[in-house]
Amino acid sequence: MQLIINEQSYEIDADPEMPLLWALRDLLGLRGTKFGCGKGLCGACTVHLDGAARRACQTPLAAAQGSRITTIEGLAAGADHPLQQAWQAHNVPQCGYCQPGQIMSASALLQQNPKPSDTDIDRAMAGNICRCGTYPRIRAAIKQAAGLTNEPAATVAHYVPEADNP
Amino acid sequence: MKSIVKLSRRQFLQRTGISSAGLLLGTSIPGKALGAVLDTAAGSQLNLFVSIDESGLVEIIAHRSEMGTGIRTSLPQVVADEMEANWDRVKVIQGLANADYGSQNTDGSRSVRDFYQVMRQMGATARTLLEQAAASIWGVPVSECRAREHQVFHDSGRSLDYAQLASHAARLPLPDLTTLRLKPASDFRYIGTAIPMVDLADMVSGSATYGIDVALPGMLYASIERSPVMGGRPKTYNDKAARDSTGVVDVIEITGSQVPAFNPIAGIAVIANNTWAALQGRAKLQPQWESSAHQDYDSKVALQELAAAVKSSGEVVRQRGDTTGALAVGTRRLEAVYTTPFLAHAPMEPPVATARVDASSCEIWACTQTPQVTQREVARALGLPPAAVTVHVTLLGGGFGRKSKPDFAIEAALLARGTGRPVQVCWSREDDIRHDYFHACSAQYFSASFDNTGTVNALLARAAAPSIGSVFGSSDNLLSHGELGQGFASMPFATPNLQIERVPAPAHMRIGWLRSVYNIPFAFGVGSFVDELAHAAGREPASFWLDLIGPDRELDFTSEGFKFSNYGRSLTDYPWSTARLKGVINALTNSLPWGEELPAGQGWGLSAHRSFLSYVAVASKVEVIDGKLSVLEMHCVIDCGTVVNPDRLHSQLEGALIFGLSLALMGEISFAGGVSEQSNFHDYPVARIGQTPAHIQTHIVTSNAPPAGVGEPGVPPVAPSIANAIFAASGQRLRQLPLNRYLRV
Repeated sequence: MQLIINEQSYEIDADPEMPLLWALRDLLGLRGTKFGCGKGLCGACTVHLDGAARRACQTPLAAAQGSRITTIEGLAAGADHPLQQAWQAHNVPQCGYCQPGQIMSASALLQQNPKPSDTDIDRAMAGNICRCGTYPRIRAAIKQAAGLTNEPAATVAHYVPEADNP
Repeated sequence: MKSIVKLSRRQFLQRTGISSAGLLLGTSIPGKALGAVLDTAAGSQLNLFVSIDESGLVEIIAHRSEMGTGIRTSLPQVVADEMEANWDRVKVIQGLANADYGSQNTDGSRSVRDFYQVMRQMGATARTLLEQAAASIWGVPVSECRAREHQVFHDSGRSLDYAQLASHAARLPLPDLTTLRLKPASDFRYIGTAIPMVDLADMVSGSATYGIDVALPGMLYASIERSPVMGGRPKTYNDKAARDSTGVVDVIEITGSQVPAFNPIAGIAVIANNTWAALQGRAKLQPQWESSAHQDYDSKVALQELAAAVKSSGEVVRQRGDTTGALAVGTRRLEAVYTTPFLAHAPMEPPVATARVDASSCEIWACTQTPQVTQREVARALGLPPAAVTVHVTLLGGGFGRKSKPDFAIEAALLARGTGRPVQVCWSREDDIRHDYFHACSAQYFSASFDNTGTVNALLARAAAPSIGSVFGSSDNLLSHGELGQGFASMPFATPNLQIERVPAPAHMRIGWLRSVYNIPFAFGVGSFVDELAHAAGREPASFWLDLIGPDRELDFTSEGFKFSNYGRSLTDYPWSTARLKGVINALTNSLPWGEELPAGQGWGLSAHRSFLSYVAVASKVEVIDGKLSVLEMHCVIDCGTVVNPDRLHSQLEGALIFGLSLALMGEISFAGGVSEQSNFHDYPVARIGQTPAHIQTHIVTSNAPPAGVGEPGVPPVAPSIANAIFAASGQRLRQLPLNRYLRV
């Protein structure tokens, strides 16, 4: 069967019931899309089908055929999508594993809603789990990419006690 | 005895698998006694490597595992600073498993504190050699030569780049460590600055390589159906149906072990040409399992039993004064029992490892927190000498302690040997949650009395929780002193009478260490009870904490009968300072409108805890309206001594606050019939972006004290701060985690 991924055509021989996630990773070597739960609960496998965010672990190949599939590798040439730039500016990742999925969900959001409210962001990103707790910086990076603000993710400060340090 | 050794190119290749000309440098210092259960004498020497090639590129080995703390950046930035390398001309290379590095066990929040000084020496030695090389080339005294940003300058203005100096420097004798000059802190260029993670661009582009991303030619994929109950093994299964499934290449049984330790669980592995085919084949196994002694375990019943058991006397582990006598005559008495459930690590990348095995050697690629333990255990499982096992460490998609256990690497090795081909074993999410090394549940009892001046004059505390020792064959069902020292037996209060006891709790599942370990339940119990005492006394909680902690002093536990392990460090080097704990409480309350008048249904709560040698205070502001809990703000202050990378510290604190919020609000693993009742994120929920407070503030106390832990200390005070805030907001005192037992979250 033929799949159009990142504007390239791929011919693969696979079970039409195989989830797109495993075709991308195991058959085509596109490993930026990650496995996290296999049940559409965590968002690590988020890709775009015709620009809409979809969970690749819940998308059989038969359903992906005929759509324009975009993975993290194809989001922007040189990986310099405004979200990817904002992700770097805010030092968003810790372990980084969930971040391709986060960025794919965020990019689909901004395509559809270029100036999202805080509630819009929380709703759109609710399907993407981060166990490291980078959510505050994800919010800040999305807002920056949307041109909404340049504020830091979390207020940080150095506290100097009055007494001498030990 | 400290010494620095030069490495031959052959030795360098052995450690890294990369070739480089120019200066190769290693250093060897004596290791320290390490507190973790499985550190062995093999970690007694430390060798670190800096190489400079002909182009002047400085390659620095990262020997600790990267699971999101930024350690692949922090320790190299220390080396680069001392050696006056330009960070733009530095490349970080992950070290293989090798005992010469010293401990590579990336757990216990100790990478910086254990290696900060060594890294400085590494960098300073390289700088010294480069200056000496320049002096030699110019024929001038070395005192007239100064290294700065990848060059050595002479007083006359001449300069030479490191590229031009490296091969000469490599021929010089190593400098004496005792006369080595380290930079004064005022000259730091990188230490103390927010250098971005070296892997940042790769993580954001999707090109970073995690354990699951390893791909070898001819590699097969395995999925393993494991005994649901600890101690079980396969009785019957449909081998043929699995083998006939499309893409399945083999079906291999894995033998379990009497003592779990790091051994694989008994099960049936289905090996196929791709992950999907392996999962499909596995689904056809229809396995039946032999019975097990643990198959009747019901955690709801067990926790009730523990909650009852802690109300009766246990074994005393620490004692001051006459607590039972004082409680009997105290004016007012307060008692409480707290329980906390089992937890699962659930890192976003499940356990996954790849192995290639031939007759005499094995190569492992794994997202492991402990490459040397992996090397040793895989060697043992295969009957090979450890030197025959090479362990490559990939990035980790989260760890939290789960990936300290190399069971998943052993599985890959056994299957690679069994099939004669490279095999990747990937755990499904269901595997990860059902077969975790679970964080132990707990029950804690507290009893205190006030004297007639309103001061707490006696405090009794008892804890029961399955011990990690159970995994290694210990059958006394008792928390060890090391475990009790994680904030329970080591509680810092100055009450004239104090008694700490432990009560047995059996384990019917694998128990493991999860980000801050027993500090989680103990900080919840202690932090909640202190708040209960404050309110019972009609006192404002923060000042009550300060009074209860008592005067500035450095705690000593030996006179009270308790052996305090202090996270593997001496109390001389890292005293338990009550002043520093009070300091973070004061810093916290000074940083926010503590004590402000709040609308109905809102409240602030705080808690403080020392763990992994750092002092942390957390305050949470919550709203409880119509049975719905919202955490509006979270603030924390950490005193962790010297800081290498403040941005990574802030990110670890942000992450710890959310990790703590997640477990407090919704974290629960329960067992019925010996099996975890949860299996994926639908029934083991974790915090999502919408549950994260809109306002998070993290503060770092500026300090020159020796570096202390960063990755874990932010977690323990979170749950009690939220529970205390709920009390302030609603008058409800919640003593059982998770909080979604009582409130919608």
